[in-house]
Amino acid sequence: MPREPLLTVSPAGLYCPKADVYLDPWQPVERALITHAHSDHARPGSKNYLCHHTTVPLLHARLGTSPGQVQGVQYGEETTINGVRFSFFPAGHVPGSAQILAESDGERWVFSGDYKTEDDGVSAPFEAVRCDVFISECTFGLPVFAWRPQAEVFAELHQWWKSNQSEGANSVVSAYALGKAQRLLGHIDRSAGRVVVHSAVWTMCEALGFDLSGLERASAETRAKGALVVVPPAVLGGSWLNRFAPYSLAALSGWMAIRGMRRRRGIEKGFVLSDHADFKGLTSAIRATGASRVLLTHGYTAPFAKWLTEQGVDASELGTSYGTDDGEEQ
Amino acid sequence: MSFAELYHALSDTSSTSEKVQLLSEHFRTAAPADLAAAVCVLRGERVERALSSKQLRELCAEVSGLPMWLIDESYQIVGDLAETIAKLAGGGESTESNSLARWTQMLQPLRQLTLDERKREIAQAWRRMPEHERLVFNKLLTGGLRIGVSRGLVNKALAAAAGVEESLVAQRLLSNRDPATLSLDRLREPLQSESDLSPYPFYLAHPLEGDPAALGGPEDWLAEWKWDGIRAQIVRRTGAVAIWSRGEELVSESFPELVELARYFPEGAVLDGEVVALRGGEPADFALLQQRLNRKRLSAALLASIPVGFIAYDILECASADQREAPLGERRQRLQEIVCKLSAANRALRLSEAVPFSSWQHLDELRQAARERGAEGVMIKALGSPYGVGRKRGAWWKWKANPLTVDGVLVYAQRGHGRRAGLYSDYTFAVWRDGDLVPFAKAYSGLTDAEIREVDAFVKRHTREKFGPVRTVEPRLVFEIAFEGIQPSRRHKAGVAVRFPRILRWRRDKPAEEADSVVSLLALASSVRASGREQT
Repeated sequence: MPREPLLTVSPAGLYCPKADVYLDPWQPVERALITHAHSDHARPGSKNYLCHHTTVPLLHARLGTSPGQVQGVQYGEETTINGVRFSFFPAGHVPGSAQILAESDGERWVFSGDYKTEDDGVSAPFEAVRCDVFISECTFGLPVFAWRPQAEVFAELHQWWKSNQSEGANSVVSAYALGKAQRLLGHIDRSAGRVVVHSAVWTMCEALGFDLSGLERASAETRAKGALVVVPPAVLGGSWLNRFAPYSLAALSGWMAIRGMRRRRGIEKGFVLSDHADFKGLTSAIRATGASRVLLTHGYTAPFAKWLTEQGVDASELGTSYGTDDGEEQ
Repeated sequence: MSFAELYHALSDTSSTSEKVQLLSEHFRTAAPADLAAAVCVLRGERVERALSSKQLRELCAEVSGLPMWLIDESYQIVGDLAETIAKLAGGGESTESNSLARWTQMLQPLRQLTLDERKREIAQAWRRMPEHERLVFNKLLTGGLRIGVSRGLVNKALAAAAGVEESLVAQRLLSNRDPATLSLDRLREPLQSESDLSPYPFYLAHPLEGDPAALGGPEDWLAEWKWDGIRAQIVRRTGAVAIWSRGEELVSESFPELVELARYFPEGAVLDGEVVALRGGEPADFALLQQRLNRKRLSAALLASIPVGFIAYDILECASADQREAPLGERRQRLQEIVCKLSAANRALRLSEAVPFSSWQHLDELRQAARERGAEGVMIKALGSPYGVGRKRGAWWKWKANPLTVDGVLVYAQRGHGRRAGLYSDYTFAVWRDGDLVPFAKAYSGLTDAEIREVDAFVKRHTREKFGPVRTVEPRLVFEIAFEGIQPSRRHKAGVAVRFPRILRWRRDKPAEEADSVVSLLALASSVRASGREQT
């Protein structure tokens, strides 16, 4: 007799019927297990949240939760709910990001949340978790997405910064306040010039306990020449950036791999750097889990499922509300 | 800067002046063989295709070890075949940099090889190149660079690099029969003064947006029909003829019958006017003329089936004297004398007739009825004005008839290319017929980026079926579609073909049931002048 699936998609989100809990639900629920603090995975309104320790202050900051509502756990620590054992493992996506393992009756299911296989130096690196069913994202599940090592990308970024400096211009980089910004600030040479940080990024860094030495918080009076300015994408298109003119604008994103998408966003300089796994990363991560079944949540799910199937993996699509196949990268 | 780097720099900027700067810098520094090759390629001279696009995709599948369907899926998202293959058909990352001349030398003899040999050569080239070069190489293989660089822009940059006039560059390039020998020094050689066939800078009209009454009394103005062709100057000097289009491009070779006609112009004359295609001896729409443009070879059959004419509306030089300072009224008189004499013998030349009107309101009515005679609207020119330069406001106005519009329902969507890669931005619209929706137009433009993203999200959520790259969507969104012309057509499901359809606005206020029907389309078609034969 086929068993009831340990995890399934319900109207409110990814659901574990046996434990009666939700994983990254998109509607308010009684009890939510959260992989990471990006807005398409951590949504407000639920009663209780369970997540990695690092994510706890981020939920307070982003969702307005109170300390009693959010429980933090370590990587590898088990929490048993109605007989189902849940544990969190590093996903390497952003600081605090986790994959969630659910175990019951000898069956192991892993929900990946978002992940990348390259060690970014600021998030705990991705660990493949052996399981029977792997529920995976595939944001960049097409072979045209193939990342270069980040060291090369940052070397290129330094060069761009230097050339802007020589022209007396600022170098503005748009990067998500959680994840991409720390990755950038963790890799740049802070002695190569002034580094100015938008307050949204600054606040996020403080919440994470991130090293801010040598960085400068932008205020209304900040004026700079030849500085590297790190801003969240929301700032683009407004007047906030005017104070840094003349400047050159760059974005750090996996979407920058496609020229058309870069031009559409009106970005002069695109650095291809993603917090998601590329096609090869996805394929190797999936193999490393040893899963006999793979369910794909968001990204290019249809072609990637077909590709995995042709590689002998039992793979299918799972409809969820995470990300969109053309949306901004989170 | 290598040619590949130049390509990427050009495609990353939308600023024309920056493009000219990049180009002229490249022309100044390129090796002679590379300069000649770059000018050829940038001017759109195509290398004959060594492999079809299907063969290229197959080769890409072979080289990458990926299935063909995955190559195609990737192409759908990237929206550019050359770029897709550049990403998938890489080998060990090589940094070997190839000059453009070397590529074109390699591509030229490929046609003589067998299919297998061609494939082997190209696969090898792919392996040797870094990705950014592979992309440009593939652009050459697939037949065009498409980076928004017109011939005029290339000429401008060449002129800047050589320090000479643009019109000189255009004439030099035309007389230079062997493009491989092009150099900046050759461009600098002075033309024999008697063979100077340069045009005058074109004077351009502005669209009239407000009330024409603001222009003053109608008696000070000349009205003419606005024809749908290409603006041109015919220069007749020292027994030779040159035809220049706007943007100072020499187009003499495209219109041999006009060159022939102009041989009978009096010596030292420059006429400004419109080249139009003729159908049944009458000016036809641009679509017909387009079939004759950009052809390398004009067959006798094509010349016979789509003849062209020249509708003259101004004279800039007469008896070798510059006429531009004379008031329009005087220039018209001189023009009339010349044209009337010649047009009696050759109907391909005609005078742009004055449209008599008693009041601005009268002209407005005439403008709205312009389509009935195959015109786009009217031109209004100050009778007392000299011939200006460029877009100087005030003396010439174009007043187009309002576009024809219909409310259509979005029924199919397809992902776009270029800036819209991966976004559902190419749409098909339908109108009602007996309770069914019948597609009648495809449109790609008219929405803002924000609206496109919204429609893209709608398409993804409300897809009914997928046919390859095309999705059928729930018929819920209504858009006002504008177009410039409409004709009966058996080939189109709705029974009409529309020209230059574009999205005027999103009718968020209208439910799909209230969109227009085939009946309203047919009514529009019958209101426009029957244009001779049916479009097939």
